[in-house]
Formats: sequence, structure tokens, C-alpha cells
Amino acid sequence: MNTKLIIGIARSLLLARWRQTLVAAIGVTFSIAMFITLLSFMNGLNDLLDGLILNRTPHVRLYNEIKPSLDQPINRAAEFRNSHNFISSIKSGITRQEIYNSGPIMQALRQDARVLGVAPKLTAQVFFNEGTIDITGVINGIDVEEESRLFNFRDYVTAGNALDAKNTANSIILGKGLAEILAADVGDVVQVTTAQGERFPLKVVGYFQSGIQEIDKVQSYASIGTTQKLLGKPANYITDIQVKLHDLETAPAVGKEFAQTFDIDAEDIQTANSQFETGSNIRSLISYSVGVVLLIVAGFGIFNILNMMIYEKMDSIAIMKATGFSGSDVNRIFLVIALSIGVFGGAVGLVFGFLFSVIIDNIPFNTAALPTIKTYPINYSPVFYLIGGTFSVITTYFAGFFPARKASRVDPVEIIRGK
Amino acid sequence: MSDIILEARHINKKFHDPVTVQVLTDITFSVNKGEFVSVIGKSGCGKSTLLYILSTMDTDYEGELLIDRDLMTGRTDRELANIRNEKIGFVFQFHYLLNEFTVLRNVMLPGLKLQKYTEQEVEHRAMERLKMLGVDHLANKLAYRISGGEKQRVAIARALINDPHIIMGDEPTGNLDKRNSDVVFNIFKELTEVHNQTLLIVTHDSGFAESSGRIIEMEDGRIIRH
Repeated sequence: MNTKLIIGIARSLLLARWRQTLVAAIGVTFSIAMFITLLSFMNGLNDLLDGLILNRTPHVRLYNEIKPSLDQPINRAAEFRNSHNFISSIKSGITRQEIYNSGPIMQALRQDARVLGVAPKLTAQVFFNEGTIDITGVINGIDVEEESRLFNFRDYVTAGNALDAKNTANSIILGKGLAEILAADVGDVVQVTTAQGERFPLKVVGYFQSGIQEIDKVQSYASIGTTQKLLGKPANYITDIQVKLHDLETAPAVGKEFAQTFDIDAEDIQTANSQFETGSNIRSLISYSVGVVLLIVAGFGIFNILNMMIYEKMDSIAIMKATGFSGSDVNRIFLVIALSIGVFGGAVGLVFGFLFSVIIDNIPFNTAALPTIKTYPINYSPVFYLIGGTFSVITTYFAGFFPARKASRVDPVEIIRGK
Repeated sequence: MSDIILEARHINKKFHDPVTVQVLTDITFSVNKGEFVSVIGKSGCGKSTLLYILSTMDTDYEGELLIDRDLMTGRTDRELANIRNEKIGFVFQFHYLLNEFTVLRNVMLPGLKLQKYTEQEVEHRAMERLKMLGVDHLANKLAYRISGGEKQRVAIARALINDPHIIMGDEPTGNLDKRNSDVVFNIFKELTEVHNQTLLIVTHDSGFAESSGRIIEMEDGRIIRH
């Protein structure tokens, strides 16, 4: 068809009123830029807050829960199988926290294609002795290298070197809050009393800062070997196996499967941290709504300007119709005008959105709570750009749709007679 | 009998707003190729209304209209637009050039729309017609920067671009001074005499009408002389 001619006419009409065109395009540019910036920033923030907990949380945690056995002896007795058995005051039996066959289980997990990595862990409840005061605390025995690889442990060690916990015998990395209470510097020795009543001197090789005060006041880390020694347990004693999967979403299903296969308790990340997901979703929802509202406002701007343009161009429309342009030709001319404002304004908006994001990404943001963060977080996901671009075209199309339809219905006789 | 270009058969037209008024009553006439026809009559006698029906822009009438022996009545908007584009040239009282375009582009637009010739050919044809009407030196000026008389000549050039069967004019000299009116009239005269162009011009300038080849006089929606 005569697409070229129609685009040419649309172009001339646009350029003849380039100031108006520019205002309309700037409206789109501004809203798209804001849309991109807002979403990038909001999602960067979401990722940051999620990362604070989720990156450090295993996707599936395998452990032995201390709880009463569901399988009480009376239920196994053949003569009572068909009766309702009421048992009161059930106590937990002598279950051990230790994971049986931890070595083979970990080996099996490492060979599973869905598993990104496995890190063993054991915890010891201790008292830190500061003069006459005892401070309760938890020592986590970890495999420093695996922990760093899977859960970014090294990022949170703000002073000293994480690897020293592995390389130095009888060493500990204290939580920042705990270190302040104990007034312990790196290189100092702290006294620890275990639940069994034994005293151990441990050398402080670093500080750990998670960003969550409650954790930093209680938690500290040592190598698995050191912790096993504290507890007086053999080298295969492990209470937790932390599994990181390739796909976070599969955690609940995989967790259930592991629990069955290894006859063990499993907790998945979704169950453990459901509140984070809720928060993220709501924040995303808010930013998307604000973005969409911005675009709709820009759409009304275009609608207004096109409407005005049609009143101004009544004569031109009439003469075009008189000289052989049909209603649908006129309709397409005005749609092309609307869409080119949308495409051009939208494209510039995407560029500006990216620039604003880069600027925000470079604004310093230092907070004691977040040791790894130096600037404001930004998520540069191309999805936002895709949504923004698509939306700018769609809104401008609808903004142009009604004015264009009106233009196509202009009756040339009325205009020409009306003079 | 020579070729009939335009034929109206029993055309009736009523306006319904605010009350029903019969504007045209049983209009029947035909125009042959090469004729220079003036339609005259008092203000409000329906001559403009008739012209818009004949030009296919107004489709709300009773009766039949044939252009080039084809029935126009009941065609779609798109078909009529194509017919206007190819077979009819327009010249209006107010020149109605598109101000966003140059003079040359204004003349070219209906030609480009027709898509019978390439853009270069259309441009060449447009220049030929501007030259014929003596306004070729204005080709690259924007349409609103030229004078009224010049505009009307450009409008005639535009009407001629697709070699239409018939040129229709609604008071083409109505808005021009005597000198420019004469220029335009002489152009029309030359078009019929030299190029055998069919013209149907609505006017109330009796001097203009007297000098044309044939007069159709209307009164109260009827043809009283043709």
C-alpha cells in the first residue's frame, strides 16, 4: 500500500508542529525514564533486602528435630491395631541431634544434578566468659570455603581473614556485636565454656557482621574441627547439612524428597522465610502501579495534543479526503503520528532510565548494617526495559486511537461548506 | 453523440436538520467530455449541495450518479476516495493547500496516492503542470507563503495531476480579485480548448458563466435552464 506516503505525511504534520510534538514526546520520555528508574531501584532494594537473609540461608536444611516419636510402641502392637489409642504425656525420646551417615549423605547430595553445593554445619551453645560475666552465644562450626562459595560468608567478615578460621587452630570469628561486648580485638584470646562445663581459649581471627544486630550479638563462627573439639565429638559429628540448589523454586519439593530418601527432617527456604517473599511482592506491585500510572498520564498528554492537532488540521483532513484519501488513510496517518511519538519518546526514555539508574548506582550508600553495600542498589534487569518499551507503544497507540478515529470520520463537505 | 463523463439521474436531496427541507428536486442532466459547464443560481438554490453530491463526497441523496458511465451510488468510502483521487479534480473557493508542505509536494500528493507513477514521474508531472500555470518558480516554497491568486493556480495544478475526467470547482474565483479571476478563468478556458478538459464550475459570477461553454441555471433546488 502507500505506507511510505502515509508515513511521509505524518512526518510533515509532526515536524510542522515540532514544539507540540516535543512536549508530547517528553511526556512519554519522562514517564518511561521514571518507570525504569523506579523499578530498577525498587528491585535493587528488594534484591538487597532478600539477599540479606536469603543468600545466607540454605535452600534446604537437613537436620534431626528433637520431637516425640510419632510411632509409639502401642501402635505397633498387633492386638491394638484397630483401636484408638490414647497416650498422654509423651516425651521426646533419646534422639540425637547428630545426622547419621552424614558423610554418605553429603556425597549422594553432591552427585545430585539439582544441587549446587552442600555445606555441613554444627552448632554449639556456649558461654563467653568476660571476667565474671557469662554471655550466652552460639558457635557455628562451618566449612569456611564451602560456606563462602555458597552463602557469601567471606563478604560478611569485615575484619581479619575468613580463611584464618580454618588455617589457625582453635580460632573463632566473632559477631561484631559480640566482639564489642567482649571488648575483643582481632588477635585476642576469648574464653569459652561449653554446655558440658569445659573451658576453652579461642583466638579471635576476625569479625563477622551480618547487618542484623540480633544475629551479630549472638553468633560466631569457627571451623568444623574446632567446634567438634569444643563439644568433645568425633570428626563425623554434624548436626545440619545445608543444601543450595540450582533452582530456588524447587526447594519445597526437593526438600520433601530428601527427607524421605535420607529419613531426616528437611526445612526449605520458602517455609523458613515466607515473609520476605511477601514483602518483595508488595514492593514490586507498588512500583509497577506507580509506573503504569505515569504512563497512563503520558498517554492522556498525547491524547490531548492529538485532539488539538485534529481540530487544527480539519481543513487539511478535508482536503486530503476531497483529493482521494479515504477515512482509513487519514486514520493511519494519525496513528502513525501517535506511535512515532510513543516509539521515539519511549526509546529516549529507556536511555534516560538507564542513565538515571547508573547515577543512582553510583551514589554512595554506607550503612553499618550492610557492610557489603557501598552504593545504592540497582537491578538492571532487561525485563523492565522490555515492559517499559512495550507499554509506551501500547499507551500511545490507545492515546492515538480515538483522535485518529475522529479524524477519519471528518466529513469534508461540512468543513468545506462551513467556511 | 460525444462521450458522457458525468450523468445525474433524478437526484433528490433533503436536509433533515432541524426540519426536513427539500434542497434538490429531480436533478437530471449530463456533461459531455470537453464541455465547460457553469452552474449558476442564487445563494441557497442548492448549487453547492449539488456539486458535493456530484463530487461523491456527499453520499446522502436519492437518485443515481454516474461518472465515466460507472454508477457511483452505494459505493464504499474507500472506493469513492479512489474514484475522487483518479477521476475528479477539485478547486475550491478557499484554496485549501496543506500548509505543512511545499507547493510542489501539495501538487504531488494526489499523484503519490494514486500510485500509478513513480515518485520521480509524479514530481516531473507536477512541475509540468506548475509550469503550465506559470507558478513553477514557487515550487519549493511552503504553501502558506504564497499569495491567494498563486494558491488558486497551485490548487488547479493539483486538480490536474492525475489527468482527471472532470474538474469541479466551487466558486474558484469567488475569493479572488478581478485580475486573478481573469487569470484563473483564462486557465480554465485554455484547459477546455487546448487540452479538451471537462469542467464543471459552480459560480455566481454571471460574467464568468456567460463566457463558459454551457450554463446550468438553478432555482429552488431545480434546474430551470441547461
